[in-house]
Amino acid sequence: MRYSWLTLAAQAISKRTAWAPLWRDAAPQADYDVVIVGGGGHGLATAYYLAREFGIRRIALLERSWIGSGNAGRNTTIIRSNYGEPANAAFYEQSMKLWESLEQALNFNVMVSQRGVLNVYHSDAQRDAYARRGNTMRLHGIDAQLLDETQVRHMAPYLDFANARFPIRGGLLQGRGGTARHDAVVWGYARAASQLGVDIIQNCEVLGLRVTGGRMQGVETRRGFIGASKVGLAVAGDSSRLCATVGLRLPIETSVLQAMVTEGVKPLIPGVITFGAGHFYVSQSDKGGLVFGGDIESYNSYAQRGNLPVIQQVCEAGMALMPMIGRLRVLRTWAGNVDMSMDGSPFIDRTPIGGLYFNGGWCYGGFKATPASGWCFAHLIARDEAHTNAASFQLSRFRSGKVIDENGQGAQANLH
Amino acid sequence: MRIHCPFCGERDAQEFITLGQATGSRPDPASADAPEAFHDYLHLRDNPRGASTEHWYHAAGCRSWLRVTRDTVTHQVTATELVAR
Repeated sequence: MRYSWLTLAAQAISKRTAWAPLWRDAAPQADYDVVIVGGGGHGLATAYYLAREFGIRRIALLERSWIGSGNAGRNTTIIRSNYGEPANAAFYEQSMKLWESLEQALNFNVMVSQRGVLNVYHSDAQRDAYARRGNTMRLHGIDAQLLDETQVRHMAPYLDFANARFPIRGGLLQGRGGTARHDAVVWGYARAASQLGVDIIQNCEVLGLRVTGGRMQGVETRRGFIGASKVGLAVAGDSSRLCATVGLRLPIETSVLQAMVTEGVKPLIPGVITFGAGHFYVSQSDKGGLVFGGDIESYNSYAQRGNLPVIQQVCEAGMALMPMIGRLRVLRTWAGNVDMSMDGSPFIDRTPIGGLYFNGGWCYGGFKATPASGWCFAHLIARDEAHTNAASFQLSRFRSGKVIDENGQGAQANLH
Repeated sequence: MRIHCPFCGERDAQEFITLGQATGSRPDPASADAPEAFHDYLHLRDNPRGASTEHWYHAAGCRSWLRVTRDTVTHQVTATELVAR
C-alpha cells in the first residue's frame, strides 16, 4: 500500500480496519542470493538498497530478536556530517543527502528534522580548531557556519556564557544537521525492503558461519541452516563474537554507551547542542523530553546497561553547559553495546573469507550513517567492489597505516 | 562495579583506569615478523563475551597495575592479582 492523502482518507472512512502490517514476517527459505545478518538500521538499509539500487533478488535479513531492538532503538537520533577527515566527510555527507530525500524514497515519515547541530567553543584555540573544521567541511561541500557569542546567545540564551571555567565564546553550526525518528527509520526501511521482496526473518539468531574452502556457504541459525554464497554482517556490538566463529580477530572492542531523557518541557532547545569542554550532547524530542548522552564506559562490556558514574559525569557536563537542566528530573536511562574501533572510524569491507562482508566499528556514531552505510555496503556486496565514499573504511588500514583518527587518540578504543 | 585491590581492599571501580585486555605480550622488535606481530598486538582484540582478563591501574589508590578477571556481561570481578608478581 502506498501512503498518500487518498489512502489516509480511505482508511478514515473504513474506520481504520484495512491497515496492513508494514512488513511481511517471513519464514526462512533454504537458500538465498544474499543473507544480511542484523536487523538494525544498517542491515535493513543494506537489504533495501541491494534490492532497489543493485537489483539483487532473493535477499534474507536475519534478526536475533525483533528488528530495531539493538542500537537502532537506543541512540540519540542525531544526524550530522560535520567531519574534518576527508574519508569521513564524503561518506557522512552522502548520508546527509540521503536523509534529506529519505521520506520520499521510502514513502514513510521518518521525521527528519534539520533543526541544526551547534558545537559550542570555549577558548580562542578551540575557536581556531572549529574554524578549521568548518572550512574543511565547506571545501567538501558541507554547510558550516562559525558563530560568535552574540549569535549563539540569540539561539540559546540559557547557556552558561559566563561560566568561570568554560565561558562560551561561540559555536560551529551545521544548519542541515538535526534529528530523525529512530524507530521510524527502522520501520520505513523494513516496509520498503519487504515491498521489494526482501524476507525479514525475526527471532532467528545466527549461531555460526559455514565456510568451505575459504568460501561462504551459509549461516547456521536457531531456525536451521540457511544457504547463501554472500553474507553481510551488520551486527554492531556482537561483531567480534560472530567473526570469532570463523577465526577472524577484529580491531574492535565492545563497550556500552548510555543515554538519558528528562521529563517533557515546553519547546526549549532548537536543535542539537554539544558542549566543547566535555562530552555532552542534547536535543529535545517531539514529546518535549531532553535527550542527552556523553561518553562510553571506560571498560569493555556486553551488558546493555551502564553504571552510575558515567551518568553523573554526563549530568555534570550538562550542568556546566546549561545550569537550568538541573531543575529537570531524568525519567529514564538506557544503554546499547557499541563496536569501538581502534581509530574511532567504521569498517565497510571484505573479509579474508570469500563472500563474507563486514560492516561494523561504528563506535557511537552509527545512527547518522544509516543510509550511506546501507548504500555503500550494498554496493560492496553486489559488485564486490568498494563504493568510492567508503573505500577508506578497510579492516587492513591499521596494517597500511591509513588510519582515520578523527580525534587523534591512537589505538586505545575507550578514548575515541 | 567494585574491584578488590591486593593492597587497598575492595574499592570503587572509579578509582581505577583500565587499559583493556591483558592477553599477549609485547612482541620482540628484532624478530623477522615484528611488523605483523606488532599490528596484531596493538590493534586486534579477542573482545570476549564473558570472562575477560584485563589490566587495571589503581590510579587513585596504591598506583599498582593489576590483572583483573572480570565478566563482561555481569561486570562481576572474580579475581585480581598484581601484574608485578
